Formats: sequence, C-alpha cells, structure tokens
Amino acid sequence: MIQTGGDRLSDRKLDAILNEFRGLIEEANATGVPLVIRGGNTKSFYGRKVNGTPLDVGPYTGIVSYEPTELVITARAGTPLREIEQTLAAQGQMLAFEPPHFGEGATLGGVVACGLSGPRRPYAGAVRDFVLGVRCLNGLGALLNFGGQVMKNVAGYDLSRLMTGAQGTLGVILEVSLKVLPMPEFEKTLRTEVDPSNAIRLMNEWAGQPLPLSAACHDGDYLYIRLSGKKSAVISSIQKLDLENCSNGTEFWEALREQHLAFFDDPAPLWRLSLPSTCNTEDLSGSRLIDWGGAQHWLKTAERADVIWETAKRLGGSATLVRGGDQNGMIFQPLTDGLFALHRRVKQAFDPNAVLNPGRMYPEL
Amino acid sequence: MQYRVLAELKKCLPPDAMITDEERARVYECDGLSGYRQLPACVLLPETVEQVQAILRICYREKIPVVARGAGTGLSGGALPVQDGVVLGLARFNRILDINPLQRSARVQSGVVNISISEAASCHGLYYAPDPSSQIACTIGGNVAENAGGVHCLKYGLTVHNILALKMVTAEGDVLEIGSEALDTAGYDLSALLTGSEGMLGIIVEVTVKLLPKPPFSRVLLASFAEIEAAGRGVADIIANGIVPAGLEMMDKAAIGAVEAYMHVGYPVHAAAILLCEIDGVEEEVKDVMAQVAQILRSAGADEVRIAKDASESERFWAGRKAAFPAVGRLAPDYYCMDGTIPRKHIASVLNRITTLSGEYGLGVVNVFHAGDGNLHPLILYDVSVPGEFGKAEEFGGRILEVCVEAGGTITGEHGVGVEKINQMCIQFTAGELTQFHAVKTAFDARGILNPGKAVPTLRRCAEFGAIHVRSGRLPFADIERF
Repeated sequence: MIQTGGDRLSDRKLDAILNEFRGLIEEANATGVPLVIRGGNTKSFYGRKVNGTPLDVGPYTGIVSYEPTELVITARAGTPLREIEQTLAAQGQMLAFEPPHFGEGATLGGVVACGLSGPRRPYAGAVRDFVLGVRCLNGLGALLNFGGQVMKNVAGYDLSRLMTGAQGTLGVILEVSLKVLPMPEFEKTLRTEVDPSNAIRLMNEWAGQPLPLSAACHDGDYLYIRLSGKKSAVISSIQKLDLENCSNGTEFWEALREQHLAFFDDPAPLWRLSLPSTCNTEDLSGSRLIDWGGAQHWLKTAERADVIWETAKRLGGSATLVRGGDQNGMIFQPLTDGLFALHRRVKQAFDPNAVLNPGRMYPEL
Repeated sequence: MQYRVLAELKKCLPPDAMITDEERARVYECDGLSGYRQLPACVLLPETVEQVQAILRICYREKIPVVARGAGTGLSGGALPVQDGVVLGLARFNRILDINPLQRSARVQSGVVNISISEAASCHGLYYAPDPSSQIACTIGGNVAENAGGVHCLKYGLTVHNILALKMVTAEGDVLEIGSEALDTAGYDLSALLTGSEGMLGIIVEVTVKLLPKPPFSRVLLASFAEIEAAGRGVADIIANGIVPAGLEMMDKAAIGAVEAYMHVGYPVHAAAILLCEIDGVEEEVKDVMAQVAQILRSAGADEVRIAKDASESERFWAGRKAAFPAVGRLAPDYYCMDGTIPRKHIASVLNRITTLSGEYGLGVVNVFHAGDGNLHPLILYDVSVPGEFGKAEEFGGRILEVCVEAGGTITGEHGVGVEKINQMCIQFTAGELTQFHAVKTAFDARGILNPGKAVPTLRRCAEFGAIHVRSGRLPFADIERF
C-alpha cells in the first residue's frame, strides 16, 4: 500500500469531525435552517445559490488507501484533487475522467458531487463510471456505505453512482472509492483546419474506428484530436490520419479542461449543451466550442434561456447555464413533470426535511 | 387472483398473451436458479408499451405483485414468480428499433437478445461490449436489471457503463424517459440507479446502448503455475505494469483437470493454476503487449507461457474455459455456483480459505473465475440425494460469501442478489443502509408491487438463501455457454 505524505488525521480527530457534521445535520433538522455543503469552494459558481449554515467538508481529508495493483484509490472527500492526482501519477496512474479543478483548492468530494468530467470523458467514461463506492451521511445524519472497493458489485441499489453529480442534495459525501487507470505510455495531439459541421462528422467517423482516441474538440477554427495508448498503436494511427502535428497538446487539453482557453475569456453567459454527438447547434447565436467528440457544446450567447432549453430538448439533450447567469434563477434544463415528481420523491428518501443543499439543482429539490 | 382482475387483465391484451393454465405456466416457475420454483397466478406477454402500462395500472390499483422477466437466464432467482402474482414477460419486446452507426448507438426493445445487438451492428464495424456468458439467450432488459458483466468487463465495463437511455414504465403505469442519447442528462443519474435494481423500481421497455468499434486484432495467452500464490501475483503484476487486458481468467487444478477430461484442449493438468489473458487492439500493439505479459508472468513464477499463434489457437485456449461449467457438472451430481468479488490481492488467500472450508464441510470445490476483476465463481460439489448434503452446500456457500465480505469484497459481482443472497445482504449492509434502500424503493413503488421480496431483505427477515442448483449436471439452458 502506498503511504502518502502530509499530516495524517488521527482516528480521534476524524471522529470529532464526523460528530460535528452530524451535529450540524441534527441542528438543521431541528431548526429548518438548511446546510450549504462546501469542499474547496472552487465550484460555487456551478448550480443555484443555497442560503444556510455552511458545512465545510474540507477538514475531512486524507487518502485512506491506495493500491496501484488494485486500480483503486479511497480518499476522504476533503482531500485535495491535486494530492490525489500527484499520488496516482507517482505510480503511473490517473483519474481517467480528467476532472476539471477550477481552482487550487478543488477537492475529491466536490469533483464527485458536481459530477464534472474533462476531455477524455467520451472515450474513457465520466466520474460516475469510475465511482466504486461512497461513504456518506444522509439528511438524517445516518452514516452509510454503498458500493465498495471492488470492480464488480451488484449488491444493493447503486446509490454511490446516484450521489455522483447530485450536488450534495442526497447526502454529505465523506469518502469515495474510485477506479483508476494506468497512464497511457504515449500521447500525441494532432489538428486540422476545418469548419464545425465537418469537424462533427469527422469526430464521429473516427470514434467509430479502432483508433486510440482520448479527446476530440473543435475550437471554432481547428479540429484537435488526442491519441493515447501504446506507442506502437499511436504511431500507426498517426500514419493513417495524416494530420498536422500539434506541439503544445498537453497545455491545450489542460487549458480546455480548466476553461482557460481564449474562448472562455468572455463575460457573456456560458452554456453547456450535452447532446447526441452528431448534433449541430447552428440555430443558436453566439460563439461555440465543441468538445467530447461532438457531444458537448460550450456556447457563449445572449440567447434567452428558454430558447436554449427548447433547442437542447429538440436535439435530444440538455443545457446548463454554467457561468454568468442568475444563480437565483433556473440553471439546469427543466425536467418533465413526471421526472421531477420522481426526483422529489428520491430527494425525500435521503433527506426528508430538505436540509442538504436544498435548491442547488432545482427549486424544491 | 380474483376472476374479475384476470378478466380485466385479459381485456387489455391480445388474444394469446395471457397464460393461466398450469402446464404452460410451468415454463415460468423459475429462472436459471432452478432450485427455487413458484407458479405465478398468471403470465402476461404484452406486445406494446400501452399494454404494459395498462397491466401495471391494474396491478398497482389491486396491489398485485409483478415480476418482470426477460429470457429467464438469471442466476439469482430475480425472476422467480411470486405466489398470486403476475409474471410480466417481455419476450415479445424483441425489435431493434434503430441503429445509428455514425453516433454509435442502438435503440432496442428490452426483450432483444444481447448478442443480436452486436450481430445487427456488425456490418458497421461496431458491437455492444458487455458479453455475459448467456449472451445468446439473455435479453438486454435483463442485463440492465442485473447490471450484467462478462469476460470482457475489466476493459470495457459493465452494463451500467454501456447504456445511454432507458424507457421505463413506473409501478403506477406511467412512462418515463431516463437518460438520453447525450453522454449525460440533467438531474439525478437515474439510469445508474435503475441498472442493477433487479426489477424493483420499474419495468424497462426500451434501452439505448452504446456501440464500440470492433477491435481489429486479439490474441490469447495461457500461463501455468505450480503455486496459486504465483498466479495471483501474476494477475497483480500485469495490472501494476499498466496493462488492462480485455480478459484475464483463472482456473485452479480441479477446474483444469475437469476441463481436460471433458475437452482435451491441452491444458497443463499438473499445474496448480492457469491464467488465460486476452489482449485486443491494433495488431502492433497486441503483439507488443503480449510479449510484455509473457515476460511479466514468467517473472511472477509461471512454469510455462504459451502465446496463441493464430486466431484458431486463441479460440482453443478459450474453449476449455468456456466449457468449464459443464465439465465440472461431470465431477459430481450437483454443484452450486457462487459469485463473490474480492480485491485482487486476496485471490490466493481467499482461495486457500475456500480449500480449508472445503475440508471442513467434506465437499469438493472448483474455482474458475474472472481474476482480472477479482470476481470469484467457486463451484461447490455435492449430491442432493445424500441426506443433509444440500444444506451443507448452502452453508458452505454462505461461508464463502462471508469470507469475500471479510476480505473487503462483495457477495455478488454480476449475478445479482435475487432470492439467492438475500441472507448475505444482512452481512454486507447495516440496518441503516438497508433502510435507505427501502426508502429508495418506496420513492419508485409506494405500494411495493414490483418484484417484492427480492434483492433487499426486510430488517426482520434476513432469511432464505441458496445458490445455483444444478441437478445431475443438467444446467437450465444447457446449450448456453457459462463462464
């Protein structure tokens, strides 16, 4: 087992933090004043605004176990994402869903709660695909474990994946076990100048061939792709594709993941449209960057929210107002009545008095 | 069931879609776990979503239990009927609705057989990755209900990783669209929750799956070991070297012997264990990685490493593994198949514990399993005609699952809890966790009509348990591969 550096919390200290969390939950249930769950506070821009007492998961930190030969890491929710990535990198492994940090203090809990994945997502999977188990407190303060540390596990409902991306509305995530993967032996980024609709077609065609694709995006001018894997496989694919070599690939994908590309440097509201990978969003005005092999469109636009939601729905996907919107208004794609009613019952099953991040995703949730 | 209700159900279905006579209903009295049998009040075979809705509205109103069933190949009794309940057979939901080659997805009805999706996508160079051993018979709806795995899930994931959207009819009879053809949707990840929920939360009528490009090249390697510890080390070392094989299977001495006696595929009968490792990808890559794996396994202590020279030798290496269950069926009148998963590092120690338990119970055990993801399938040998031996086998099986939980694992990797492991759920989960499961169930099905008594035990009654019961080597669905 890999022991990690940093100050390791004593069991007594951990118990004390847990008791504090439970006390806060108890108090919230008694007073009706909800809790606002926070890790590194790097993703507070994402979702609706919640008013209430802060529950700071940050102090509940540390890698619990990491065994490279098991391809599993277990860490507390407050563990800095950077610490996890460095620990994995030292053993030649990585979080294959390439989570965005959006700031220095990003924590594991925040990554899982927000359910955000980076450029590798269409080819490797999303956060939820790598979550094996979760330890959490539900809205009544019950300490619960779901899933585990093994790759295959069908005992009980998959509540750990349900918690992923639920933005803390179903439970306070305390500890997460994630599947990790070996880093690719070799990576190469290529690019070519092409218009958006041809880029969408090419990204889909290539994804249907046995190429070691690990990212594909169109920035408005160029189509970028990343190939990762065994050197022999990458080299043979480069020969097949005949594209321009891109020398700063690593920096490019990181800047895309962290929204540091010039495209994102614009005060207009930023929308994320998650769509079937062959869709075009030309009907919507504004500038766009197409990631995830065509399945994720970033849109800088002044279009009205209902127009965007209507378009996303028509195309078979959904839209989220990620930055620059009114956090007291609607942020996520409205759900159908039937689905929303089910969401409310699910929320109730975990948090009957709505004390955990209520309203972060939708009003009344 | 009241005649009034039967008549009402009959009225919403086509003429030949209701079975009430005992002779024809017998077909539905069990699934692949044939040790448990129960005749339902009736079997309904609807053809449209509207018919499914009508059935559920009536059953919800009348509080009649509804057990969904695909092909009935499940191994944990998930589709075991409930007395006085309805079996809702989805066999007639057998149409592939749409294949979108550019977008790499297929929309199919839930009764479509797993392998037929890959067959239909094959002309586009695409396939559906999860390949449970029953794939020539099992349905995609059943795969979703059980979160089915297969030999290749180490690299390509389980059902949950390979589906995009579900159309579900709720307990009350409403239709909900869960997920979409995009990679994620707004709100909670309900498709993850529904996958593996064993028919307890809704009736799946349509599934949209992801399709992947077929790997252009693959090869299999066979390594033999004089000690089980060395084989376990080999598994860990492959992973530690950054290699994720398409498949990585282990067989112990008893399994090798059984297979050789049955098939004569040339497995090394004196070995304590063999590993079969499949690598796929582009040809250059496969050849590179194969050489690397061979070296790793030799260093881990393999006596002999054989790399298949061509596709037909690869197939021969696999043939023995795929025939392992029927081969074991010749060793004893009956066997039980367990399904625990453990961290890979404990493979050798758990196998040794199982050997010790085998001595204690005086029952033989054969191990043939998915080593790459630590998913064990110990087969306990017994003879049901010997008084008391069935009970001993059940108890032995329960002890094995407890050992898996102690080792940090789980009681079921891919077969589901069903009725079979309901007892062990109480070992793996606390009362608080089981209470949370029940609360989720209530959110979907307030009257508890969907597959009652399965998957999640009530706090009071953590009773009743068993395993695959194979009588006289006759597997249910004997023509289906099991591995």
